[in-house]
Amino acid sequence: MTLARKHLLGIEPLERAEIEEILGLAVSMKELLRQDLKKSPALRGKTVINCFFESSTRTRSSFEIAAKILSADAVNWSSSGSSVSKGESLIDTAKNLEAMRPDILVIRHAASGAPHLVASRVGCAVVNAGDGAHEHPSQALLDAFTLRERWGSLEGRTVAIVGDIRHSRVARSNIYCLRKLGARVRLCGPPTMIPIGIEALGCDTTFDLREAVTGADAVMMLRIQNERIAGSLFPSTREYSKLYGLSQAKTSWLKDDALILHPGPINRGVELEPEVADGERSVILDQVENGVAVRMAILQLLAGGVA
Amino acid sequence: MSQSELFLVNGRLLDPATGVDGVRTVHVVDGRIRSISADLPSNTQGVKVIDCAGKLVLPGFIDLHAHLREPGEEYKETILTGARSAVAGGFTAVVAMPNTRPPIDNAHLVRFVLDRAAEAGLARVYPSGAISKGQEGKDLAEIGDMVQAGAVCITDDGRPVMDPALMRRALEYAKTFDLPVMVHEEDLHLAAGGCMNEGAVSTRLGLRGSPNVAEDAMVLRDIELCALTGGRLHIAHLSTAGSVRAVRDAKRRGLRVTAEATPHHFTLTDEAVGTYDTRAKMCPPLRTQADVDAVLVGLADGTIDAIATDHAPHSAVEKDVEFERAANGIVGLETALPLTLALVRSGAISLMRAVELLSLGPAKAFGLPGGRVAEGEVADLAIVDPEAEWRVDPARFESKGRYTPFEGWTLRGRVDLTLVGGAIVYESKESGR
Repeated sequence: MTLARKHLLGIEPLERAEIEEILGLAVSMKELLRQDLKKSPALRGKTVINCFFESSTRTRSSFEIAAKILSADAVNWSSSGSSVSKGESLIDTAKNLEAMRPDILVIRHAASGAPHLVASRVGCAVVNAGDGAHEHPSQALLDAFTLRERWGSLEGRTVAIVGDIRHSRVARSNIYCLRKLGARVRLCGPPTMIPIGIEALGCDTTFDLREAVTGADAVMMLRIQNERIAGSLFPSTREYSKLYGLSQAKTSWLKDDALILHPGPINRGVELEPEVADGERSVILDQVENGVAVRMAILQLLAGGVA
Repeated sequence: MSQSELFLVNGRLLDPATGVDGVRTVHVVDGRIRSISADLPSNTQGVKVIDCAGKLVLPGFIDLHAHLREPGEEYKETILTGARSAVAGGFTAVVAMPNTRPPIDNAHLVRFVLDRAAEAGLARVYPSGAISKGQEGKDLAEIGDMVQAGAVCITDDGRPVMDPALMRRALEYAKTFDLPVMVHEEDLHLAAGGCMNEGAVSTRLGLRGSPNVAEDAMVLRDIELCALTGGRLHIAHLSTAGSVRAVRDAKRRGLRVTAEATPHHFTLTDEAVGTYDTRAKMCPPLRTQADVDAVLVGLADGTIDAIATDHAPHSAVEKDVEFERAANGIVGLETALPLTLALVRSGAISLMRAVELLSLGPAKAFGLPGGRVAEGEVADLAIVDPEAEWRVDPARFESKGRYTPFEGWTLRGRVDLTLVGGAIVYESKESGR
């Protein structure tokens, strides 16, 4: 089983069938992950390099564990203290890593499009593990997997995404993924965080949290980056939390069976009150577990190993 | 130029200054146009005769906005390679921008540029000087000294003059010399580090966008300062519908405002960024179709005075990197003519207007010689095959720059011959002459 493409750079270029294929394989990967002896020889002899130009313990660990369960040799490379801090260009770094003959480069980078640049210059497969404010495809796939696990299908469902849409790669990938799987998407945040033309991706926007979450089958809260406050996107975390945070009281606006997601790490008390983050509707820890399963499926499909 | 004499025969002469459009014989003696006649020369004994049948004979093009990178960034371009690129594009004169290293902010550097240009002996190179010392936007540079050395305008070029009081002083002070003040209009606070046009495309790509208003607001500010001071304002590479509207209004008010537009801004939209193609990264950024349409109207109705290239060669070090880190700018001199002729074919402007925008318009905006094909004028001429098709292959550019969004495009219209002061400074290898 392989994917019809060499790289996973984003959800936007994927066909629905390709998304289904990844999610389908992730089901058996999750079974493997939950086994007592969680090891498959599928990627034995394959090498995966995690190239993180931007720090992220969670995503990097998730890819690393996924690779190791499948018996690939996983190497973590980070830009801090590396040749990059000495001024090496991205292309040179990528070519040097490629010369070590990896099968897959997993790339996290603060610049939108960086994985595309690398993919155009190297022979091995490239997985986008988050680029700037562009895409974070494995996150969207694990979110879709988590929702599908609960619902069976996303067809006809409505998902509200709340927070800093402008700077969020999670939002963009989720908009594409949810739409391709038949769900409706509502975006919500202060106007300073809703970028011009986002509706062109096929979603509705509102500045009113109540309107966004009313009737939604799931609410996806985005992390507010504290560094954004300096950009005057909102006056204070206090005010943001009051207007756009999900408190226990506001959960009364939600449908009884609505699910709550968050890509992590949570700013407790800002996006979500602790009671909500840990409450019955929350599937946040499911997301983390499913992240490993989905990334196993991605690596397996791109490395072309035998299952 | 040396003692010389030649005849250009059978070519279709277009001269926007007199409105002449017809087959003429142009007689050039000692670098100047001796006569223009409807008849073939009777006696050509011992005189060079160039047959221009099927070709256009045009006033040499004048680029108000070219980056020649010398001194300081010779790995990107030199005055020699820039001048070669100019004449290959039919440009017989270019205004060199001062954002070199160090910036051209004193008379010595102005003279340096002129000396280098004289050594090259190709296109005429007119230096521009910085508005402020070091282009730092704080204190006025020695403008008078630079003018006496030969500077034809002042500009801080890629750096917008953010301080409105400094801009006012620049416009006032430059009146002493009747000097145009050229401005890159971008409010850096509103641009907020944007690396492409703000809109649906930047949102999809997750790139920071710079909104039209970052340009519009500065254009409006400087037009009012122009009205206040009575100075001469030249707006570089305008790219938005709002800028076109503002300049049109300013001209109606009788203000001394001129403006230029670039081939990339009237040909491409922000869609050209595609998947992070740094060949489409420029400042101001490529805008939307509505802006392109407004620029085309501005070119047709006289709001925009000149087509300028903003020729900005860069090396792979600056361009073959992440989009948001990449330098702004592209090679422009060698593709300007066919991209302008494409506007004639699409019906946006007439052929005569196209010629005017490339020659007489810029000459008038800056008060430069040339731009006319008339008796007594300097023989700065471009002979153009309007139908010749060629594929843009940056490896074959005369410029050291290799980055253009038009790479691989098939363009129509080729410069076959360029004369500066009656001397042939460029001849196309493909012209078949």
